[in-house]
This record gives sequence, structure tokens and C-alpha cells, in this order.
Amino acid sequence: MDWTLENVDWSEIAEGTIDTLTMLGFSTLFTILIGLPLGIILFLTSRGQLLQNQVFYAIASFVVNILRSVPFIILMILLIPVTKVIVGTSLGVLGAIPPLVIGAAPFFARLVETSLREVDRGVIEAAQSMGASNWQIIWNVLLPESRPGLVAGITITTVALVSYTAMSGVIGGGGLGDLAIRYGYQRFQTDVMIVTVIILLVLVQILQSLGDRLVMRFSRK
Amino acid sequence: MRRVDANVYMRCSPFFVYEKRGFLFFTRHVDRFCWEVDALIQLQQLHKSYQVQGKTIPALLGIDLSIDKGEIYGIIGHSGAGKSTLIRCINLLERPTSGQVVVDGVDLTKLDDSKLQEKRRQIGMIFQHFNLLSSATVGENVAFPLKLANRSKAEIQKRVDELLKLVGLEAHRDKYPSQLSGGQKQRVGIARALANDPKVLLCDEATSALDPQTTNSILALLLDINRKLGLTIVLITHEMHVIRSICDRVGVIDGGKIVESGEVLDVFLKPQHPTTQEFVEQVADSSELREAVAHEKAAGNRTIARVTFLGEKTYQPILFQTMQETGTVFSILQGTISRMKDTPYGQLVVELEGDVRQNEKTIETLRQRGLEVEVI
Repeated sequence: MDWTLENVDWSEIAEGTIDTLTMLGFSTLFTILIGLPLGIILFLTSRGQLLQNQVFYAIASFVVNILRSVPFIILMILLIPVTKVIVGTSLGVLGAIPPLVIGAAPFFARLVETSLREVDRGVIEAAQSMGASNWQIIWNVLLPESRPGLVAGITITTVALVSYTAMSGVIGGGGLGDLAIRYGYQRFQTDVMIVTVIILLVLVQILQSLGDRLVMRFSRK
Repeated sequence: MRRVDANVYMRCSPFFVYEKRGFLFFTRHVDRFCWEVDALIQLQQLHKSYQVQGKTIPALLGIDLSIDKGEIYGIIGHSGAGKSTLIRCINLLERPTSGQVVVDGVDLTKLDDSKLQEKRRQIGMIFQHFNLLSSATVGENVAFPLKLANRSKAEIQKRVDELLKLVGLEAHRDKYPSQLSGGQKQRVGIARALANDPKVLLCDEATSALDPQTTNSILALLLDINRKLGLTIVLITHEMHVIRSICDRVGVIDGGKIVESGEVLDVFLKPQHPTTQEFVEQVADSSELREAVAHEKAAGNRTIARVTFLGEKTYQPILFQTMQETGTVFSILQGTISRMKDTPYGQLVVELEGDVRQNEKTIETLRQRGLEVEVI
């Protein structure tokens, strides 16, 4: 094995990193935009909650479970026609975002549901006793009270998305994963593989410690 | 509308002049002053049952209750008696299965969601576990109900200042609930509940999680608020002490029914129902007494009597003077000198020695001098 990094084209690495970050940024954004309301709806319609609706909950829960049980790499391939409809292509950074969001949003929704469940029932009851409407309870009680849990959930989801973005390299998604597969795996250029892995590792470390710090800041218990 | 005998009422409270309970007037039958008192809360034939795994479990079985403006009404009961369900029915946190909940003339069970939310702003509530927003500061917690009511920032600021001053927490405005003691948390709860100037304050076991000293300071605060603001307070508890310290009237709940109710003095000096008697024993040590009575009775030829003093008479030497005049020898088996809210009272169990006839005469004299005597 050769440690001279002779195969590493740094400009391509930089491009790959930027692609990965772009995918990560957009997919995290859309995952939150879709997953957060979905998680809130799951929570509110579950048993004993404000908008208890067993039929709706059972259906929503079933759909979420299906999306979560399909391995991401297969989901990605299955979704190719859908992706083409949504963004016009199934390739590159753009083509990777829809499957990333569809794969991660149900996962994030479950995390949201779990952290909302952690909110003290008594506090919700107190808000009701003060004449709060359901909207007011969501905005002024549920979301602020579960903020540390939600931030932790976003961190976990973002880290999961990092590995998903790498996987999307398999179907030509671009980014560091794409580099690792094309150079590191298919051309046996181990040095490229190692560099991409290190960059991904550093990225995950940064995201996790940033998330942990925010959780600490929001925790008041 | 309920008429309260003014004599009874004045006896109960030396503060009656500035407690706005109603207005003083002569009854048609002119023989005495009465207070005309409006009922603020009326519960009529309240039933509540829960469905648990296909079975119907009853919690309330036809509660009728009328609570007056400006009074402190206590509901006492063991856990599982239905008291928590009952107080939650007053602001419809629990919707009763049937029956009416009339607060300030409006039947809450007939309101739609938004009307109910508006009405709930007039009904403050505090809780056993305080239920404060852990992510908000003391000031933000107190501001919370004002924010819900869409008040302006300046208005909220001003009101929060007033409320924190009222409960003595000005210095803790920017702290988070986790940094406060239990008593301080309950003070925040009280300030929050008072923010929208409610007509009623519901207290759901508000002192049950607090130590005795803190309990007393919270009770003193509640009584102070009741007098300063004329606020009606409904509280539930399993502690006699709470009822005795601040309540005007009490209802004893057992098995989903009110089994006994009335002025605190009447109910607790002459408890009728076994559950009430149990609660009275909590503070009176009656089991000890029963043993003593049995022991003395076995000795024969003795009269044992329970003598009750009320108000001013508590501190007068009526018992001693009477006994001295009639030359009766007596011993005290058990005694309490205490107060219910503001009324001092004493209850002594005495044993009179000597001739039974003579003892009857002595007891008659005691009664004439205004003591209540019950021969056991």
C-alpha cells in the first residue's frame, strides 16, 4: 500500500465535499419541514392526546413504518421515477435530494413524536386550564418544552443523512460517496477512499458536537 | 342564592367587613341579619365515569355542590374518592358524563371550544406538581396566560411585575423553575393562575407535595389573596390541616359522593359520617380517647362529657368556675384548644366524679353559660 496520496485530486475532493454539504443542507432542511409537522400530527392523533384519532394514527403510522423499513439503498432505486417527476433528473446532487428527504423524514418524524411524548402532561393540562387553543399549545408548550429533544433528533437525523448521501453515490448521486465508490472502490485507489472517509468522519464529529452543545444550551431540567 | 346567618358568619370571620361576600339585609322575618350570598359555582347532578378496557368505572355519582362568591371551599377525601375528578370537572379538563357545571351563570358543558377557552381564563388553577414550563423563566411562566390572551407587551410587563410582587418572587424573575424550591414553584403557579384576574382559583392538591412549613406559607398566601382580592377558592386535599387552616365551608367526598358538607366548624366539631370522623381523628387522637373512656367507664359511677367552647368563650374560665361553684371534682381525659381559620375553639373531654344527679345539674349549668356539652 502506498501512502503518498498520489491519486488524490484535491480539486475533485473539494468539489465532492461541497456537493455533499449541499445535499446535506437541503435534505436536512426539507426533512425538518416535512418530518416536524408529520411528527406533531403523529403525536397529537395518538391515544390520549389532544386530537386523538385512532384510524388516522394507524394509517400514518403504517406508512411511516413502511418507509422506514425499506433499506435506503433500495428505497433510492425504487424512487427513481418519483425523483424524475419532482426534480426532473435522478442524477447528481439534485437527483439525490428527494430520496434523501423521503428516506429521512419518516425517521425524523418518529424522533419528533418521541420527544413530544416526553413533555409533561401536566404542563399541557395547565395550558388548557388557562384557555390555550390547540395551536397555542403546539407553539407555546409542546415545541419549546421539547426543544432539547428536537435538537438531539435533528442531530441524529443529520448524521444519518451524511451516510445516506454517501450511499447515493451508488446511483450517481455525486459528492464524497460518489468519489469513494468511483476511485476508491472501482479503481482500487485506497488513498482516495481514506481521504473521503476522513472528511466524512470529521463532518460527523462537527455535527454531533454542535448538536450536543445546542441541547445543553436548551436544557433547563 | 344562599342565605348565611350573619351571626354565624361574624363569628366565623372577624374580617367580614371587607370580605365582599354579599350584602347585609334584613330577612322578611326580621329576627336576624342575614348575608345574601350569590353562588358562583353550581354543580348539578354531576356524573362521571371512565371506560377502561370495555368496563365502565364510575368516578362521580351525582354531585350537587354550590360554592359562594368570595368563600374558600374545601373538598376533602381519600385518594380514589373522586376529588381530583371533581375539581377537574369545574373547568372541564374532565368532561362530565352528565350534569351541569355552572360558573358565574354560564353552563360550561354547553359551550363550544373557543367559548370554553375564553371562559377558562376566568378560572385559574394550580396543581400538586406545579406544572410550570421548564423551558421558560419565572417571568415568562407568569406572562404565559397573558400571552395566550394576546395582551400587549407593555401590559404583560406591568402585570408580571405586580404578580411577582404579590407572591414575593420579584428577585427570581429570570430564574428557571428547576432552580426554585417547591414552595417557590407553587408561588409561581399561583401568580400564573392569577394573571388574567380570574373569578375562581382551583387548587388541585396544591400543598400535597410540600413540607409542613412551606404548606403553611402557601396557605397563608392563599388566604391573603382571598381577602385582598375577594377571590373565590375551591381546593381539594386529603389533609385536615388544610381545611382547618383556611376553609369557610367543606364538603367530604367518599365513593364519588358528597357525604357531608357545611361550615367547617359544624362539620368538624360534630362529624356525622364515618369518613368525616376519620379525618377528624387525624388531628384529634380519638383512638386514645376511646381507650381512656372505656377504661373509666369500667370503673363505674362516672359521667364523661365532651365540652365544646367556641369563639371568645374558649379563653374564659367557665368550666373551672362552674365546677367550683357546684363543688364537682373533675379530671380532663383529653383536650384541644385550637382554631379553625379565625375562630378559636376548645374541646375537652372531662370526667365528673360523684353523684349522677348532681353531675346532670352541673352539665345543665354549663349549657346555660353557653358551652356545648355532650355526654358520652
